Amino acid sequence: MNQASAYPWREAGAAPFISIKNVTKRFGNFTAVDDISLDIYKGELFGLLGGSGCGKTTLLRMLAGFETPTSGSISIDGADMTDVPPYERPVNMMFQSYALFPHMSVEKNIAYGLKRDGVPNGEVKDRVADMLSMVELTDFGKRKPRQLSGGQRQRVALARALVKRPKVLLLDEPLAALDKRLREQTQFELMNIQDRTGVTFVVVTHDQEEAMTLSTRIAVMDGGKFMQIGEPADIYENPATKYIANFIGSANLIPVTVADRQQEHLQLQHEQSNTMFDAITEQEVVAGDKTTLALRPEKILIDKAPLQECDNQIQGTVKEIAYLGKISTYRVDTTLGMTLEVTAPNQVRAAASGMGQRIEWDDEVYLGWNNHSAILLNS
Amino acid sequence: MSKTSPGFGNWLQSRWQSVVSGIPFIWLLLFFLAPFFIVLKISLAESIIASPPFTRLLDWSDGGLPSLKVSIDNFAYMWEDSLYVRTYLSSLKIAFISTVLCLLIGYPMAYAIIRAEGNTKYILLLLIILPFWTSFLLRVYSWMGLLADQGTLNSFLVWIGVIDRPIRLLYSQFAVYVGIVYTYLPFMILPLYANMEKLDMSLQEAAADLGAKPTAGFFTVTLPLTLPGIIAGSLLVFIPATGEFVIPDLLGGGNVLMIGRVLYSEFNANHDWPVASAVAIALVIVLVVPMMLYHKVQAAEASRES
Repeated sequence: MNQASAYPWREAGAAPFISIKNVTKRFGNFTAVDDISLDIYKGELFGLLGGSGCGKTTLLRMLAGFETPTSGSISIDGADMTDVPPYERPVNMMFQSYALFPHMSVEKNIAYGLKRDGVPNGEVKDRVADMLSMVELTDFGKRKPRQLSGGQRQRVALARALVKRPKVLLLDEPLAALDKRLREQTQFELMNIQDRTGVTFVVVTHDQEEAMTLSTRIAVMDGGKFMQIGEPADIYENPATKYIANFIGSANLIPVTVADRQQEHLQLQHEQSNTMFDAITEQEVVAGDKTTLALRPEKILIDKAPLQECDNQIQGTVKEIAYLGKISTYRVDTTLGMTLEVTAPNQVRAAASGMGQRIEWDDEVYLGWNNHSAILLNS
Repeated sequence: MSKTSPGFGNWLQSRWQSVVSGIPFIWLLLFFLAPFFIVLKISLAESIIASPPFTRLLDWSDGGLPSLKVSIDNFAYMWEDSLYVRTYLSSLKIAFISTVLCLLIGYPMAYAIIRAEGNTKYILLLLIILPFWTSFLLRVYSWMGLLADQGTLNSFLVWIGVIDRPIRLLYSQFAVYVGIVYTYLPFMILPLYANMEKLDMSLQEAAADLGAKPTAGFFTVTLPLTLPGIIAGSLLVFIPATGEFVIPDLLGGGNVLMIGRVLYSEFNANHDWPVASAVAIALVIVLVVPMMLYHKVQAAEASRES
């Protein structure tokens, strides 16, 4: 993967590693996965993100071979996998419950897959030892899974899934069972291991932060369909719909009408308050279109003095402040007749800032943002 | 509670665990252990023509100190007469084969029940328990009707032309196996069901994912993990089947040697209570090993869950 581009999906004509074509999966009357197509490239750490019941797990299980698509096809590294049973696929899975064999020691768990393939004993021993050292569990080989902590079990599950050097590693909510601290640490370990092994990872998660941190690309799923596929920054900065704008991070949604358009420069009108905003966008809207202006809370500046440098500015009253340490979240009742959410870093220690400078409850404030910060959403 | 009678309330509160577990303990002591010792006592006596038909263990007739009269003749007699040894071996063989048959039939059934969807699972489970609603004796009698020379099965086989004339089904080893397997199958299925219920189905998927074909996955993952259920179910079938009396008596007639029938005839036909008691005590000794095994498996299972 070194010779290949780090962003193969950006290039036209790059050969996909996993190719999902028009796949549908129905359980009785319920359509879990609805005619989806997706290309995943070699060495990617691809995130499937969505709420429960969105079809992400069903898609993962079809990649593993536990479910057969009702229609459509799946191929991995050029070979059609649609009807290949799980035990013949070049794919391994890390289960959400880890599914470690409780009657086997850590070593035997990791060796299981190699033994099934008839790998000679000496090689099994070496490869198991390599895996144990990779996940830093060298001294735990003789223990049973129930004698391990949650984090250790997670690492055994990872080692067991990677020891066969699969072409693709599937991870079902790999970090869901860990506590917050361990989760953050493990995220980086996972990325590190993915980078070292070069195996293509497909990760299912319901946690948008996890997906953002881990993934090279994310597919946001809802109702068995992809809502948007893109790089994390792309999805965050250019969400396609209100659903995604709210699912990935949070957003202030202001209903507006396009008043005027000069190339990418737009004039947007908020009708209730007759306020005009400037925006710059490449989206295809024309004068007269009704649309939604989405503003990320951290893209809005807040100050008690007018914000001269901002392209757009409105006034409001602070109704709520949530102090989160490094940042604070303000809920501001604005002249638009709406409450906007704004986050700002706490750059000065609260005690050190002089009276009158600090923003308090019921303060009159100015909110401002640049016209590049505007996101227009299709409703 | 403590307001009305603080003393008793406190006592009950601190001792309720021992009280609750003590009740069944006393029950077993009275109705299991005491009769057991009575039988043991009789087995060490000698047979006489009297009422009761055995000698006293303690003889007070001399006056003053009682003299202890213990005889192990009954046990020696059992050992010398090959009939008893053969009967024990035959009982163990029949119980063993029945247990294996129950396992072979019950394991797939229990597995199918676990995998059944929604309500089907509970209907299937109910069907397993349903026979218990009819008297066991009645069900054995109905098997006599089914297996008799002019019975349902023979008539049916003659009618469809598989056989020309009725074949001997009743009063054979075959009938005894049918009866035992039929009767004890639920005792195999229920512990297996309870064990498999706890089985994490993703383990089988993990095995398949790691390259195990279904049969390999079964022998390396499913079978070892259901072993406690297999042992529990097998012992629940094996132990009572060894001492089974009704089934060999009604379905086996005089053709099948089982210890339950020998015990019955020693007691009722021969009126030899001491030998009958010795036969019973020997049966308990033969079954103590599997019983202890069963207890150990149960204890291991309980400690693993906690």
